[in-house]
Amino acid sequence: MIATIVRNGFLALRRDRGAMVLSFVLPVAFFSIFALVFGPMSVSSTPRVHVLVVDEDHSAASARLILGLHREGSLTTDTRPKSQKGEPQPPEYTAAAAEAAVKGGTAPVAIVIPAGFGATPISLVPASGRKPIRILHDSSNPVAGQMAAGMLQKVAMTAFSSSMAEVGVRYLAFASGGLTPQQRDRLDSSLAQMRDRAARSDAQTGSAAGAGSDASGGLIAVEMRDVVGENKKSPMIAFYAAGIGVMFLMFTASGAAGTLLDEVDSGALDRILSARVSMTTLLAGKLTYCMLLAYSQLTLMFLWGAAVFHLDLFTHLPGFFTMTVATSFAVAAFGMLLASISRTRAQQASIATLLILTMSALGGSMFPRFLMNPAMQKVGLLTVNAWAIDGYTKVFWRDEPVSHLAPQVAVLLGAGALLFLIARRFACRWESA
Amino acid sequence: MAISTPASGNSLPLQIDSIVKRFGQVTAVSGISLDVPERACLGLLGPNGAGKTTLIRSIVGRVRPESGSVRVFGHPASSPAARQELGWVPQELALYPLLTGRENLNAFGRYQGLRGKALRDAIQWCLEWASLADRADSAVKTLSGGMKRRLNMAAGMIHRPRIVLLDEPTVGVDPQSRNRIFEMVDALRAEGATVIYTTHYMEEAERLCDRVAIVDHGRIIAQGSKDELVAQSFGTRSDVLMRLAASSGAEAWTVSRGGTLQDGVAHFPVDRPSDIASLLDGAARDGLDVIDLVLRRPNLESVFLQLTGRDLRQ
Repeated sequence: MIATIVRNGFLALRRDRGAMVLSFVLPVAFFSIFALVFGPMSVSSTPRVHVLVVDEDHSAASARLILGLHREGSLTTDTRPKSQKGEPQPPEYTAAAAEAAVKGGTAPVAIVIPAGFGATPISLVPASGRKPIRILHDSSNPVAGQMAAGMLQKVAMTAFSSSMAEVGVRYLAFASGGLTPQQRDRLDSSLAQMRDRAARSDAQTGSAAGAGSDASGGLIAVEMRDVVGENKKSPMIAFYAAGIGVMFLMFTASGAAGTLLDEVDSGALDRILSARVSMTTLLAGKLTYCMLLAYSQLTLMFLWGAAVFHLDLFTHLPGFFTMTVATSFAVAAFGMLLASISRTRAQQASIATLLILTMSALGGSMFPRFLMNPAMQKVGLLTVNAWAIDGYTKVFWRDEPVSHLAPQVAVLLGAGALLFLIARRFACRWESA
Repeated sequence: MAISTPASGNSLPLQIDSIVKRFGQVTAVSGISLDVPERACLGLLGPNGAGKTTLIRSIVGRVRPESGSVRVFGHPASSPAARQELGWVPQELALYPLLTGRENLNAFGRYQGLRGKALRDAIQWCLEWASLADRADSAVKTLSGGMKRRLNMAAGMIHRPRIVLLDEPTVGVDPQSRNRIFEMVDALRAEGATVIYTTHYMEEAERLCDRVAIVDHGRIIAQGSKDELVAQSFGTRSDVLMRLAASSGAEAWTVSRGGTLQDGVAHFPVDRPSDIASLLDGAARDGLDVIDLVLRRPNLESVFLQLTGRDLRQ
């Protein structure tokens, strides 16, 4: 009896392609996709943090520090904006320019070495009058600021080994009540050799990354400032509202567009098309419905974010309106395409689950794109999610004006129009046979 | 609301001229021609897969024939003018199950271009015609099978078409609902509509239709009134069913008289009622005991089975 039930179950499964895909293809596909997204993030290929470096000190010490940072494999450092082809090299970053660049999303972090840093680059004791290095960071990338701070301490260990020894000697002399002349001579000789070795090392190319753990005890005085989110009540809410919102929007639009397949099944589509309604009109009506539904859903999401999580919605209404219209259109068109390429509701559900979760993984709805490796970040740009999240981030995180949303809006509207045209093409099969 | 009079000169409501439709290797409709006069009720009969639905879908413009033409009051089938004249009730319950009856009628009325008072009046007429006024605001999914069928018909009538195509409208309904559907069709005819009625129930065709076309293998194999079809197939012949008491000579006697014996009942074709007397005399003469006897005139089902055979179809 049990064997018959089991056999019937497998027979039904074998003849239900949708269930087969959900059971066997989907898990393997997802495993592969997530392995591609997160798998390459091994130690050797962890995405480099882009750091802007500002040298206000122009001392030998600051130069050594910058060189050390430049050689650090986990960082990509820039001291000046990249020059355009055929144009003269732009000037080095100032503190203000670097701060503006971080606010604008050019880089997640900037290191400003203040004037006077070289006088006392490192110290074993706090409050010794040294000038702190300022780290200006964007807390939407929580890793970058911390990584830059850690790398600064690490680089200090290797770049200022002789200075560290000098400081140690001075501290030893102070604590022991003074050194004999012979002891002083031998220590001076050792320090000179250390400086020579450091100079020779600087002259060689290659990584300066040495062994040892990250310095975190404050060898270099550091002052961190979140230049983008410092005045925001709930810094990451907008990011999550957009990321999660867009993902669920796609499921909603897919479900809503699926009513087309219900109408095919029930015969209502035949009846509608035998009336005065053309296929284009019908699809446009469905698209409008899906778009309004998506718009309502996103609005509810952000209103909830404003009410409960202090999302600053009401001072960003023009940007919110612009991004929500563009996003809703693109997502609705995506839903229409899914419905038009599917033969049945079950098939549509399978394709929707696969595509939406894939796009959400690649596009940053589940995991911030800036934490992915550069190749995957570029692949993410093929998704609606990435452009929508980038646009909402500009509005809510960077406080950028509506005019700066042009790339995101253009891509979303263009993608929506293209998807709708493809959907219309596939829907030809429901017109007269 | 009365159905308006024709405005297209002397054109027939429906003129089908040699249409052919193939799906891959299968020829679903193979050169059907058909003229349907005004106010007629044409029954379209045929086994499963005979081509009836393809023919209906060609008429409503949902199938494009490879050759031939379909004209509705002189207009090409897929033209807006033809669509306005046609009301199609598909076999499926082509309704929105989560909407109420009134909301469904409102939606399909709008799809037909109705607005405002005209739409409201049409909805009211449909609800009353389908005897659904008291359930107008119930969700379709909560209605009985018969109510859904009637609403399905009403949705096809919302724009008051002059030609009505009913594709098996009584499938799965109880006798009461079926009878109500007959009355609805009678009401449409009384108002001047031309009706094309597809069914597998021969008694429905006999009850409602003044003409019948039998379709098989994509062709119309017979056409006419019920009496004409019977006369074409059987002439004046009737069937005599004679139940005989068990006897060893019964089968040989039946065959010798040109009949067949099945389960103790002898079937004889007869041309005149007087032939019955000679059968009874013969039985008595040969010592056979006749238990009872029935004279059966061939009906539409007899014609249908005669023309399409008794083999199972799809």
